[in-house]
Amino acid sequence: MTVTVIQQRSVVARKRLVNWMKYLAAHRMLLAGLLVILGLALIGPIGSFFVDVETSRPLSEWPGESPTLEYPLGTDTQGRNLFAVLVAGLPLTLRVAFLAGSLGLIIGTVLGFTAGYVGGVVDTVIRTASDVLITIPTLMVLVVVAVSIKGLLSVEMMAIAIALLAWMGPARVIRAQVLTLREKGYVAVSRASGMNDIEIMYKELLPNMLPFLAASFVNAVIIAVLSSVGLQALGLGPTDAPTMGMTIHWALEFGAVLAGMWWWWIPPLTVIVVLFMGLYLIATGLDEIANPRIGNSS
Amino acid sequence: MMENVLEVKGLQVTYHTSGGTLKAVNDVSFTLNKEERLGLVGESGSGKTTLATALMRSVREPGKIDDGEILLDGKDLLQLSDEEMRHARSTEISMIPQGAMNSLNPVMRIQDQMIDTLRDHGVSKSKSEFRKWAEDLLVRVGLPSEVASMYPHELSGGMKQRVAIATGISLQPKVIIADEPTSALDVVVQREVMETLRQAQQDLGAAVVLIGHDMGLMAQFADRIGVMYAGKLVEIASVWDIFEKPQHPYTQLLIASLPSLEEKEVFKGIPGRTPSLLNPPTGCGFHPRCPQAIEQCSQLVPVLQELENRQMVSCHLYDKTPGYDDPTSSSGNEDMNVNGSSNAALQN
Amino acid sequence: MTVDYVIRRIGIFLLVVWAAASINFFIPKLAPGQDPILGALLEATQDGGLAGDAMLDIADQYRAKYGLDQPLYIQYVRYLGDLAVLDLGVSFVSFSSVRDIILARLPWTIGLLGTATLMGFIFGSFLGAFIGWPYSPRFLQKFIVPSFMFSAVPPYLMGLVLVWLLAVTFDVLPFGGGYQRGVIPGWDFEFIMSILKHAALPAMALVVTDLGVRALVMRGTILSLFGEDYIRHAENRGLKSWRIFTWYGVRNALLPQLTWVALSLGSVAGGAIVVEAVFAYPGLGTALLAAIQGFDFPVVFGIVFLIILSIAVMTLLLDLIYPLIDPRIAYGKKS
Repeated sequence: MTVTVIQQRSVVARKRLVNWMKYLAAHRMLLAGLLVILGLALIGPIGSFFVDVETSRPLSEWPGESPTLEYPLGTDTQGRNLFAVLVAGLPLTLRVAFLAGSLGLIIGTVLGFTAGYVGGVVDTVIRTASDVLITIPTLMVLVVVAVSIKGLLSVEMMAIAIALLAWMGPARVIRAQVLTLREKGYVAVSRASGMNDIEIMYKELLPNMLPFLAASFVNAVIIAVLSSVGLQALGLGPTDAPTMGMTIHWALEFGAVLAGMWWWWIPPLTVIVVLFMGLYLIATGLDEIANPRIGNSS
Repeated sequence: MMENVLEVKGLQVTYHTSGGTLKAVNDVSFTLNKEERLGLVGESGSGKTTLATALMRSVREPGKIDDGEILLDGKDLLQLSDEEMRHARSTEISMIPQGAMNSLNPVMRIQDQMIDTLRDHGVSKSKSEFRKWAEDLLVRVGLPSEVASMYPHELSGGMKQRVAIATGISLQPKVIIADEPTSALDVVVQREVMETLRQAQQDLGAAVVLIGHDMGLMAQFADRIGVMYAGKLVEIASVWDIFEKPQHPYTQLLIASLPSLEEKEVFKGIPGRTPSLLNPPTGCGFHPRCPQAIEQCSQLVPVLQELENRQMVSCHLYDKTPGYDDPTSSSGNEDMNVNGSSNAALQN
Repeated sequence: MTVDYVIRRIGIFLLVVWAAASINFFIPKLAPGQDPILGALLEATQDGGLAGDAMLDIADQYRAKYGLDQPLYIQYVRYLGDLAVLDLGVSFVSFSSVRDIILARLPWTIGLLGTATLMGFIFGSFLGAFIGWPYSPRFLQKFIVPSFMFSAVPPYLMGLVLVWLLAVTFDVLPFGGGYQRGVIPGWDFEFIMSILKHAALPAMALVVTDLGVRALVMRGTILSLFGEDYIRHAENRGLKSWRIFTWYGVRNALLPQLTWVALSLGSVAGGAIVVEAVFAYPGLGTALLAAIQGFDFPVVFGIVFLIILSIAVMTLLLDLIYPLIDPRIAYGKKS
């Protein structure tokens, strides 16, 4: 008996995996985006086998070297091994982005859901807060925060600050979905069949909102990357972290572009562009799923 | 017979989707006389709207008109150049769309949209002449002239439909196709709109193809009725014959299912479901649901054949010609005025 | 447009302005350790030297004005009052009024940002519309991939690439500053050409990225618009292709496009600020960067406040204009 159950379960699981794979294969943009992000995420762990991460700190190596076999990406004028910087810093950049994105999504989902489900004054308050914060440019607030803390900003703190300014997008989307589902009678029917509020939320509403949640998450991550890199380019990021944004800042500060030290600023720039492209591919891919149109990429 | 203003021969419209090919309009042929009112009925998915779109030659990807002829006053519309066809739309054949709810551009005034139709067909007038013309036309269809300067959202459904009728007749076409013009309206407004349509048609001397699924409406408006099922025309006859002596089993069930005002009866429907056009039944498309199906029905495709009185049926029960089961064999029977084409593919 | 709507929009505007002011007031005070402003002031006074006396004066004025020894709420009220008359304080570095500093930089920023955003919007929208319209020639639709790439890059990064290509490698355009050093400012040809040349790179960076975003959004809008019933009906009426594209397609797509613009004002401004900083273009961005590095708090907060205020004003204007353009909202239901 138990053997058949196990067999059945693994068949079901395998079928699900196959379905997911077929799904991804059919939506090439989404797949491409995910692969790009995966690739970027692997640079850190894999790269650390090839280089000592400690050399990403200043005064580790001979400064100003152009790329050689020993230093694949050369060194900067502070003596950092730029390949080590890439290996150490890219995961940090990614971490900020996804941490801020996740936090923003969670805050936004909770607030958006509450606003849509509870309605009334709560809804008005949340909606107004969202409208106000959306109008305020995130970078400006981050500037104020960073300037006030005077260089004590850590990667995590930056992520939290960004999340507090990035929740509005998900909140709007989730709230709209909750209202739509409510109108469609999902809630009324569930209530009538005896479900309590929490059950309704988990079993009925969330599954229907997954595509929207996914899209909001990706958008929040994009905002996070834009804000954090922008902040760092102004020099306001965590000063001792070798993130991609800070590297670009140092490169600008020390005139790398004019001095022709292309190996300093091109790699971080390329990595950031690739990151953006991956995120946009995912976002467009998700959009295609949500709104299938004639003649999409697949 | 009177002159045919419209002659459709072997029209074939296929949708090439990623899930397969779908024959939305499968070897349909019929004629339309001058000033005749033809009603086209059928369930959703029977192909009537696709047929209308095909007559206007506006079928969009992934659909395509694969075969057939559409002769308007002898001229094959399918052979015209794009520009010639564009010109023919509104001047020779026009369409009054289904649900004029969204068929009007929400950010343009009514008169501007009407005038656009004139302008793009070579009519030139001064601004004030155009406006006056628009107002006059609106009055003709029973609307107050103020409507001309309004926006679509300011009008009710019935008013928008009348605007659509006005635009449809504005260049005096010979054939008017009305695709479910009253579906979304309430009964009282329905009547007014149909009256407007009838009046307009008579004034113009145009022929009308009225598409719908409301048999009551058809009874009042149509001269002839064509019944469509799964992309094929299964029966076409005068409105009296359709109601009094329907020949095709589907038509019979259709008529029988109409509620009667005189007696109280149990609701009668038609058992079964509309076939999937991606995977159509073999032979006659109706045979799985047909109470009178015989052996050939699952093997041979029936051909539209004439019984008495210009009543045409596509059913093996009345076979004078045996239908076909082979794409290459021709089943023509010349003395019968058969309008079916013999190169449509067999479903198998 | 109902009174309700207008009141709500103005209400949000006021809230945004208040929020901006409060952020600038409370966040520094919430920082761990000493009030950073006071800290910077005290540090500066301790430096002594030529600035010493002036700093002491400023510190005294500052204390008196904001009553640093007074309870927080009084300080807050005074602060808000000053802001209401646009008194943004005095720079710690140059001792000129922050407002004057901003006003000197403002024309540069407006010139750059204004032209760049406008061009990006116009070209991007039309490009996007052409690409998205199913009847456009196939080769135009190949433009999608490049557009895609440009919108993925923040403008200052695009700027770096452009600098490298056009200023360093090929020396076609100058990098840095608002005009050539040595050229005397005046309304003559040489000066104006110099300005345009120096504005070219930052402007290009902004236009190219903005264009990509607008094109993509417009393409999406037009593509979904194409399926609308009124487009089909227009085709069925035998209207000319270009008329349908322009008056039934693009015209209707501009409305949602404007909404998108209103939503993206914040990030556009942010991007422009960083672009200016990177290019040392004499606008608000560079001033902000210098103030950040010099811990010149009044200037930092002043510029931040002004930027937020400007965006709030623009958003309000767009919100009020939009219903006027869309007849569905402007005219409401009559019958």
